[in-house]
Amino acid sequence: MMPEQDLLLAAEESGATAIESAGKTDAPALVLRGIHKSFGSQVVLNGIDLTVASGETLAVLGRSGTGKSVLLKLIIGLQKPDSGSIHIHGQEITGLDIDALNEIRKKMGFLFQHAALYDSLTVEQNVAFPLKRHTKMTASQQRDRVKELLAAVGMERDLEKMPADLSGGMQKRVGLARALALEPAILLLDEPTAGLDPITSDEIDALILKLQEEHDMASIVVTHDLHSAKSIADRIALLHEGNVLIEGSFNDLAKSGDEFVSEFLKRDS
Amino acid sequence: MRSTLTSVWSLTNRFLEWFGNLGFFAWQVLRAAVRRPFEGRELIRQLDEIGSRSFPLVALAGAAIGAVLALESRASLVQFGAKAMLPAAIVFSIIHETGPVVTGLIVSGRVGAGIGAELGAMKVTEQIDAMEASGVNPYKFLAFTRIVACILMLPLLTLSADFFGVVVGWIANTLVEPISFQKFIHQGLAGTSFNDFLAPTLRTAVFGLIIGMIACFQGMRTRGGTAGVGLSATSSVVLSSLFVILADVILVKFILVFFS
Repeated sequence: MMPEQDLLLAAEESGATAIESAGKTDAPALVLRGIHKSFGSQVVLNGIDLTVASGETLAVLGRSGTGKSVLLKLIIGLQKPDSGSIHIHGQEITGLDIDALNEIRKKMGFLFQHAALYDSLTVEQNVAFPLKRHTKMTASQQRDRVKELLAAVGMERDLEKMPADLSGGMQKRVGLARALALEPAILLLDEPTAGLDPITSDEIDALILKLQEEHDMASIVVTHDLHSAKSIADRIALLHEGNVLIEGSFNDLAKSGDEFVSEFLKRDS
Repeated sequence: MRSTLTSVWSLTNRFLEWFGNLGFFAWQVLRAAVRRPFEGRELIRQLDEIGSRSFPLVALAGAAIGAVLALESRASLVQFGAKAMLPAAIVFSIIHETGPVVTGLIVSGRVGAGIGAELGAMKVTEQIDAMEASGVNPYKFLAFTRIVACILMLPLLTLSADFFGVVVGWIANTLVEPISFQKFIHQGLAGTSFNDFLAPTLRTAVFGLIIGMIACFQGMRTRGGTAGVGLSATSSVVLSSLFVILADVILVKFILVFFS
């Protein structure tokens, strides 16, 4: 724990510059402690504790409305927790101002449930958007990088297409390419296979596995898809009534005697 | 009686809450505006979107006002033996009131609805969240650029409405009783100063601020899917038109006090 505390102190003293130094240490990629979040009287998250190591993939499972997507939005700072702390590579992010938070966000990639591609921009412009904003690449360098990213997700022939002309699976691929544009250290995936047919889901899973191997990122995958979770995650956390009910490998979950866990896994058997 | 009071209380509360949220939104836009980068490219894109694409409609409306003013005013002025005042009546009313207000209301309709619907659709499809997640401040990239474009473009669009109004007013007038354009303008501008021209035109920059701010605010707080997008577009137009009219009344009094 001591190195982590040192990092927190360093971060408080030097602001965003501590992020870079934090990234070079052995601090976990992500640490959530005692996260509470309510919307009005509805308690969604009730004291969540989670840790994700660098290079590890954690799948977060749970019934609809258990706050899985909210958890991802808290991690990337789109929403603020009511209480608790979120450390990204040792840096506490819940109290950061917008500039410091944006520096942290550059080190994270987010694939939204419905891809959330900018519908007034082409596929190429969508993927180039973070590059234009946050790098000093020349136009030709940006174009090469976009082609490289789109080739990695099998969309290199669709540079000029508009998002409305793409299928759901293709939009997810482009969304994934955009999420990877800045070579993030942490990848957040919100229902990457939701609404896709089984073959496309398997293709997306294979793609995520390939990209994880190539980029060595910490990933958090929120999903309902047990098959997908089993194939891409190192570890699974099952949310129930605002808490992590059980955390471990798929086998650990399968061996659990808990009635809810058994019920949840039944569909996959 | 009690239910009426409760309704009035609830309506007042909602209005104050809306105003408070608008103030907070304006503060966030202002805070974002003073930080780098300054989004020059997006601003130019918005200047084109809001300015050049509104130009044909604004010019047409200006022309229509000019024609109607010439036709309607002629009969009244002839009746009172003041036919020679016709150029002054047309030019003065276009530059002072009808040009700025009609431009403000037309831009409220076209641009207000466009911004409200576009940002509303971006909000409900999580595109604004995606922008924020990638480290880009949407208050600056989306709102500030549109608001500044509205502020800069409204006076220019007003000038074009004024120009087309005066020219078509002259054409309508000269079809009935030929008069040279030079003489028409000379008579029209007789007795007017630069302030008569400047203050009414510049007050449309305030209209631009109102339209841009309200449309962006309504768009970025959209909830509830496609129905919410429709509501945002409608409320952007209704509220921005309402506040343009209110601002016009206040600014006319202000101009009369300080510029006359």
